[in-house]
Amino acid sequence: MRRVALLASLALLALPAAAVAQDCPKTTLGDIEDEVMCPVCGTPLGLASEAPQAQRERAYIERLIARCKSKDQVKQALVAEFGDGVLALPGDQGHDELGDVLVYAVPALGILLAAGGIAFAVVRWRRRGGGPGGRRDATLAGPDGSRLDDDMERYDL
Amino acid sequence: MRKALSPVPIAVVCVLLALIALLAYGLASNEPDRGVEQALGRGDAEPAPDLELPKLGGGGNGSLADYRGKVVVLNFWASWCEPCRAESPLLQRWHRRMSASNGTVLGVDMLDITEDAQDFIDQYGLTYPMLKDKDGHGIETFGVVQYPETFVIDRAGRITAVRRGPVDEQFMRTEVGPLL
Repeated sequence: MRRVALLASLALLALPAAAVAQDCPKTTLGDIEDEVMCPVCGTPLGLASEAPQAQRERAYIERLIARCKSKDQVKQALVAEFGDGVLALPGDQGHDELGDVLVYAVPALGILLAAGGIAFAVVRWRRRGGGPGGRRDATLAGPDGSRLDDDMERYDL
Repeated sequence: MRKALSPVPIAVVCVLLALIALLAYGLASNEPDRGVEQALGRGDAEPAPDLELPKLGGGGNGSLADYRGKVVVLNFWASWCEPCRAESPLLQRWHRRMSASNGTVLGVDMLDITEDAQDFIDQYGLTYPMLKDKDGHGIETFGVVQYPETFVIDRAGRITAVRRGPVDEQFMRTEVGPLL
């Protein structure tokens, strides 16, 4: 009976430890390092290779992960160390929801407008005979075109 | 002529000009601030800019203004910086010497992790006051371009010497000794 009670107590003690082990680690270095900057290198940490300051930052992140911190908690700790500038994703900086949307929407709109403008300019240019095809057609329609055809026939080209 | 004015060459030229302008801007904006050296070269000692930063390890803010009337050796450093390791024992010796003559070394830990900085301080037994420049504000204010850098500030709050790179005994004797 005493042995059963002892085993039951041990099982109860092991339960919280097993639960913690299941929850930890909550994130990985690879998941975080592309979303934060190496402040001294001026690049995302994932691109900062072997610079000593980047190595220290990675080691710090790994220590935090080992302490069972989540991705958001790691980012918060980095902000406490380096300020908002350590966050690589534009939407991560500050709590401006409209700004978070605009920071992605404005460049996308700009790219769309630029692509549309270029397409419009190219179509218009080709209609005006700017392209290689357009120029050849215009030349063939004129008297020079007839002379060219005659010459080609004469020389069997 | 018509070919030269067509949109594609114009677009290419515009893109090239934009890239050249961007490159020129990048080079110009990365040019280190040598204002202090220029002033010292003219024989002028410029007033040190105001600098207020959190104290390393907490306990509120600290400011250069707190040390007005003292000789201050303002040292920008980081725990991962190898030359900073070489100069730290020297700075600690000079801090003890300066303390007796109303002077101090003031460290500014730049873009560093506090735990690492504390380990560094413990390892070298540094007892001089430390501020934490977490986002590079102090670096911009003083135009710091490398690690470490040291500014000597006299009792009137003017910068009388600067060392880009680690200090040595010769620099301290020449630039700090006469101010004490």
